[in-house]
Order: sequence, then C-alpha cells, then structure tokens
Amino acid sequence: MENGSKDKKTNTDEQVNKLPSVSPTPHVRDKSTTSKIMGCVLLGLLPATAVGIWNFGYRALIIVIACIALCVLFEWGFEKICRKKSTVKDLSAVLTGLLLALNLPVGVPWYIPVIGSFVAIVVVKQLFGGLGQNFMNPALGARCFLVLSFSRYMTDFSYRPGWGNADIISSATPLADVKNGAAFSLTSMLLGNEAGTIGETSALALLIGGLFLLCMGVITWHLTGMYILSLVVFAAIFGGRGLDFEYLAAHLFGGGLMLGAFFMATDYVTRPITKKGQIIYGIFLGCLTGIFRIFGPAAEGVSFAIIIGNLIVPLIERITVPKHFGYRKAAK
Amino acid sequence: MNETNKTNPFINGLIKENPTFVLMLGMCPTLAVTTSAINGLGMGLTTTVVLTLSNIIISALRNVIPDKVRIPAFIVIIASFVTIVGQFLEAYLPALNSALGMFIPLIVVNCIILGRAEAFASKNKVFASALDGLGMGLGFTVALTLIGCVREILGSFSVFGISFKAPLEAAGLSPIAIFVMAPGAFFVLAAIIAVMSVIRDKQIKAGKETKIRACNKDCASCGDDGCVHRFYDENGADTAVGKKEGVQ
Repeated sequence: MENGSKDKKTNTDEQVNKLPSVSPTPHVRDKSTTSKIMGCVLLGLLPATAVGIWNFGYRALIIVIACIALCVLFEWGFEKICRKKSTVKDLSAVLTGLLLALNLPVGVPWYIPVIGSFVAIVVVKQLFGGLGQNFMNPALGARCFLVLSFSRYMTDFSYRPGWGNADIISSATPLADVKNGAAFSLTSMLLGNEAGTIGETSALALLIGGLFLLCMGVITWHLTGMYILSLVVFAAIFGGRGLDFEYLAAHLFGGGLMLGAFFMATDYVTRPITKKGQIIYGIFLGCLTGIFRIFGPAAEGVSFAIIIGNLIVPLIERITVPKHFGYRKAAK
Repeated sequence: MNETNKTNPFINGLIKENPTFVLMLGMCPTLAVTTSAINGLGMGLTTTVVLTLSNIIISALRNVIPDKVRIPAFIVIIASFVTIVGQFLEAYLPALNSALGMFIPLIVVNCIILGRAEAFASKNKVFASALDGLGMGLGFTVALTLIGCVREILGSFSVFGISFKAPLEAAGLSPIAIFVMAPGAFFVLAAIIAVMSVIRDKQIKAGKETKIRACNKDCASCGDDGCVHRFYDENGADTAVGKKEGVQ
C-alpha cells in the first residue's frame, strides 16, 4: 500500500514535469535583463570614469582596472568555492568594482583596492546571499569600511593633475572649502579638475551619465530628484547662507552627491520598490546628507547617508505597501 | 541529577558548550572589551574567578536558598565576589582595571555567571560546580583572548602588546583600524563562529559527532534553538514541569 501511494506520487510528479512550463501572467515581457541594466549603468558611468582618468592620470586607470578585476575575481572565486551558479556574466560585479574605484582617492596604496573589493563582494554581497539579497550597496559598504579603517589614505585628496602624474597638489575638496569658508570655483566643480575621489569630481560628466540613465528608463526622477531637491532645501534652511546660489551649487556639484544620487542610491537591490517609497527614501537621504555635511565634523556625508538609508529601506517598504486593486477601507 | 551528561563539566565548558561561541552568552563584554588580547585575557580571567567562586558558594547553599528568591540571592553572592575581585584589580592591576573600566562591575549581570548558577550550580554538588565554573570561565577566557588577538593583530599590528608595526609600516602597510572599533568585534566574532560551524558540520558528517552536543535535558543552559526537546521531552511532557517533580 505504501509502495502504491509512492508510485502514484512519482507518476504525478512526472506528469507535472512533462507539462509545458508556462509562467503565470503577465506574458508580455520587458526585454530588460540584469546584465542589460548593469550594462546601461556602466555606460552611464563611462564619462565620469574617463574624466577621472584624464584628471588623475594613469594611476586612476590602474585603480579602476584593478577594482573591476578583483571584484569579478572574488565573485567568481566565492561562487566556485561555495559551488553556486556563477553570476559573473550579469555584470553586477563589474559595476560594483567600477563604483568602488570611483569612490577611492587616487593616492591609495595597492592593498586598499584589494581589501575594498573583498569587503564589497564577499562580505557585503555574497555572505548575505549574492545579488538581490544584499541589504547594503556593496561598493558603498566597502567604501565606508575603508574610510573607517584607513582614514589617513581615504581622506587624502592630494590632486595629481594630468596624465603624466606630474606634481602632486595637496588641496582640500571643494566641499571642505565650502565648509571652511574658503574660495571655490564652480567651473572646476563642473569640469572636475580639482581634488576628490576618482569619480566624483566632474559633476558635468556625472550629469551626462545620469541623464542617459533617465532617458533609458533605468532610473526614474523620483528618488534622484527628491534626494537632490531635499538636500538643496536643507542646505538653504540650515546652511546659514540662505538662498546664496554659489553655496547651494557647491553643495550640489562639489561632493559625491551626483555620483550618489544618480548611480548609487538608485541601486535596484537596496532602494525601495514603490515610487512613493522612493520619494520618502530620497527625502530621507537628502536630509541625512545635509545633517552630515552641515552639522557633522566631516565635509562629506553622501556615502554614510546612503548606507544608513539602505538600512531603513525595509521600514519604508512596510509603510508603502501598495493597496490591492479595489481595496476599500472597512466601514467603521 | 546530571547522569545524562557524560562529559566532564570542565571539558564541556571549554569546548563543547563554549559560552561565547556555542551558547552565545556574555556577548556584551565579548564585543566591548576585546580590543586587545591582554584586555580579553584579563576580562576572561576575572570572570573565571568570579564564576568559579560564586558557583562554589551557590552550590553549597543550594539547599538553603528558597526557590522563590533564588535570583536575588545569586546576585548578592555574585556581586560580593565582583566587588572583591574589582578591588583586587584596582589595587594590583590598575592599568587593566582602567582598560576594562565599567565592564568589571558589570560582571554582576553577566549572563554566563547567572546562567551557570541557575542551570548548574543550583542543582549540582560543590566539586562538579567548581569544575563547571572553571571550565566555562576558561572557555570564555580562551574565546575572548582569541577574539582580542585577531582584533589586535589586524587592527593595531601587535599581539599581547608586542608591536610588530614598524617593519610592516616600513613595507607600506597600515593596520585595518576598523577591527579595534566596535564593528570589528562583530566581524571577528561572526568569522570565528562560522569557522567553528564548518568544523562541526564536517564532524557530524564524518560521524564523529551525532549532535551539536549531548542533550542533558537542561534547556535553560542549552543554546540549540532547533532542538525538539526545547520545551517538551520525548514523551511529550513539559520539561520544566518534569524537572520540578524530579521526573526524567
């Protein structure tokens, strides 16, 4: 009797397996895949990467290549060791590597990209289950790990202009200038010939890439727009300079805001899903960045704001669950 | 009372039921004071002394202390020993005392000590309780020293205060400072627990160990959340009730 029921069960299993596999509705599919989206973001980052390499010289190129190669290597290696399906081809590790490199100052010693890539891919991403499971943006998690660990190198923004790595100009970032009341130049903020991490200096290049992503539909205005807008409002209210155009423009273009708002806060895995949630998230990030920049000891606060924002995303999701179609509040 | 648990209580606390890595007790001092190996060792040994002495006294008084007020009674005994040990440290090891700071008086509420008093000393004879306290305490010491060593090596390039920073800095390396900060404690603890889990899983597969640890039907001191006897024994009876009535 027992055998009989077992046979019957396996029979039905086989029958189910023989059925043509049809996924649930909707059957009209978008053509976007993970690798296509990641490819778009990589393309969007190209102008900023190019300007960074042009500005900071061959060392920046080495850091970018090293970070990408190491991230892919760690992703491949971890999945090999854990006998998981390799996800190298979806380009997410390449993107993490590029974002990590763009978040490093050009003068870092060789082991910082190695440790950073390891923390980003193995600790922040793979230990929590790989792409789609990480609760924090891997590149930013690694950047914050590095800032806390190697603050001497990670805040040393000596500017090495030109391809030939000529003289090292030791200078403050524009945001630090803004904070200390020193002079700053808006044109160099836009063009990027100034101190900062490799990818954050040229606001213009980042804007071009960001507009490309907006046009391709990879990101929407909700999150990025609200983030930028709320930071401007926050700076106007609490910055102490009122509606001073130069001051507000410096907050927009001077630090990592463009990189963070267009490319890192919008990471599909760690942002809220609904539009309403993204608006709340953007406002939260803007206010947090403003608090760090204006009231905190450091000049910049985008990366910490975004990883703290990542942590509250589950809470935002809970309060912005969409209502079922036709749902009505029960009459009291 | 403890026939089911065949292992020696001393060895038990040291490895199989290591308070930090297996039972996950006393996490607060584990994470807070292990910034260096010396601090971990000092904290561990201080706790060991308090744990052993309080286990002996509580075990000796186990038939005198009324069941209803046992927790306040345990705390009075533990607090007395913590005060004595704290004053010894202040007199003879002022450097360690200031490094551990608030965490010495906080040993009073360390859950390892209260947990062992409740789960072991109040039910067992004096000698076994002393061995249990010593084993658990040394297990805690080993764990804290290990975490402290790893954090000190990675975070400040030294071990037990002996610095090897100069040659490494000459080679262009710099310590990973996050490991001597609070997040580093979590990283190191998690990594060590992960390694221990891998070893245990391999032993279970090889048949050397059938379970995480032998069930001694003492759910209060057991960290195995997945255990089927967590609330009920194999006959379906509530273990807490069974214990009160002396049925096992």
